[in-house]
Amino acid sequence: MGYLKGIYALWYREYKVFIREKSRVVASIVNPILWFLVIGGGIGSAVNISGVNYQTFIFPGVLIQSILFSSIFFGVYIVWDKKIDFLKEVLVSPLSRTAIFMGKIAGGATDTLIQIIILLAVGYAFASAGLMPGIRLDLSNLLISLVFIFITIVAAVSIGLIMGSQMESPEGFQLVSSFVIFPMFFLSGAFFPIDNLPAYLSPFVYVNPVTYSVDGIRAAMIGRSTFPIMLDFAVITAFAAAMILVGTQAFKKMKI
Amino acid sequence: MYVIETDNLTKSYNGFTAVDKLSLKIEEGEIFGLLGPNGAGKTTTLLMLTTLIPPTSGTAKVAGLDVIKQPDKVRKAIGIVFQDPSSDELLTGYENLKLHGWLYDMPDDLKEARIKEVFSLIELTDRKDDLVKKYSGGMRRRLELARGLLHHPKVLFLDEPTIGLDPQSRDRIWAYITALAKKENITIIITTHYMEEADKLCDRLAIIDNGKIVALDTPEKLKKELGGDIIKLSAERPNLEALKSFKYVTNVSWLDGEIHLTVDDASAHLQEVLGVVGKVSSVVVRSPTLDDVFIHYTGKAIREGSPEGGWGDKVMHARSGR
Repeated sequence: MGYLKGIYALWYREYKVFIREKSRVVASIVNPILWFLVIGGGIGSAVNISGVNYQTFIFPGVLIQSILFSSIFFGVYIVWDKKIDFLKEVLVSPLSRTAIFMGKIAGGATDTLIQIIILLAVGYAFASAGLMPGIRLDLSNLLISLVFIFITIVAAVSIGLIMGSQMESPEGFQLVSSFVIFPMFFLSGAFFPIDNLPAYLSPFVYVNPVTYSVDGIRAAMIGRSTFPIMLDFAVITAFAAAMILVGTQAFKKMKI
Repeated sequence: MYVIETDNLTKSYNGFTAVDKLSLKIEEGEIFGLLGPNGAGKTTTLLMLTTLIPPTSGTAKVAGLDVIKQPDKVRKAIGIVFQDPSSDELLTGYENLKLHGWLYDMPDDLKEARIKEVFSLIELTDRKDDLVKKYSGGMRRRLELARGLLHHPKVLFLDEPTIGLDPQSRDRIWAYITALAKKENITIIITTHYMEEADKLCDRLAIIDNGKIVALDTPEKLKKELGGDIIKLSAERPNLEALKSFKYVTNVSWLDGEIHLTVDDASAHLQEVLGVVGKVSSVVVRSPTLDDVFIHYTGKAIREGSPEGGWGDKVMHARSGR
């Protein structure tokens, strides 16, 4: 069972570092709350989406946005580990590359999950204050949402790690990651309904796996979705599985 | 049995040969040095022996295991202290070692006992719960040395163990390395471009230049083989040909405006040498050092200091990371 201990070691490191950097935690929470309050409140003052309050509508979108940004960006730490020799220290240990990848996923997923749980708590407070009429944050719908959230986090952390394993410089990572994150985010329907999109837009939205994650969480939290929830679940799970597979290969081929 | 055996080990990158048909045999319990300037191929050799990069051709065995066919087993048998900082500075010294113990799947009680032991060895017990970013460069190096040892490797690789450290820290690291070699009976492979380090620490040395071994022996023998004494002259227009024609002059090198002569019995011949050299602004006569050995075999001097950026720079650099 040696590899489990190794995976635990890598998780432990990421977790410790994350909770020691309070500013990182705070920054990752403040941005989504601003989006929710400013964009949600501002646009929401003029718009509602077929009877759903706009802030209620984008709450799942804000969660997905913060998942995409912090999970994918987690990959940059691999690039930093390359700059110092910490990555070599891990690669020269008896742990297999697959186990190293799993440990990194566990670490990155924990970081993002902590943020999301804090955001859910904040969302619960907002809902209690009457900001999100119609949102369903009861236990069973929360659990369904968390399943989607977790799978999406795993997929997004994998994407970040795949990119990080191939990149040499943190600056390069930042540039490339924004090319990946923004389309995935904007084309996911996080901030708009996807039922009546213009013809040039809908194919891009439909091939974006993140769309199905947003749709699944909306099905749970608002009771309103474009696709059947099982289709949402199947697509996002298949996507996460594919990313894990690609990531494992990327780690096996990673050069130092 | 040899702990390390390489046969025509070669690594090339896009036509550039970093390590060129290296054949080495290193015995158990030796402190073996790979000495050469930056870019000579020392670190590349180390990375191949530790399975981190695959050789282009040739073979290597570490602790009887093939680095190409059994990389996982090799990794279990070795420890390595890298040239650049490789500890996480947002973890404490203790946490860094604990992490290492887990990565190597050590049983918990053994791990804790060993951590305690190595902390007292490197004299950092009272700092073990401080974050590594509060450590000095020398302390951090000692921590990484301790970490390399934690899982009792058969072979310990040290890549430039004292690069960029102040002389005092360097002396202490040397003391630890020699104490370790005695106490643990492990084979230690050191790469260095510090002559003094190689001379003091190593049982045997391979001098590497352009990816090739140019000489291999004990430091004493390497120096002795040069024979005689070294005369160093600063002269404006020396007659090198005349110097070479003397039978007692075994080597003539011209470096940075200075002539380095290897001479049998300098005191008997100094007058004659000075006679043909012409106007001389300084003369030094001494017995050979490893520097002279290096100059003798490669025709150039190793630059001390580090154009790649020292340990201190790397620590600073690593700090901006998180």
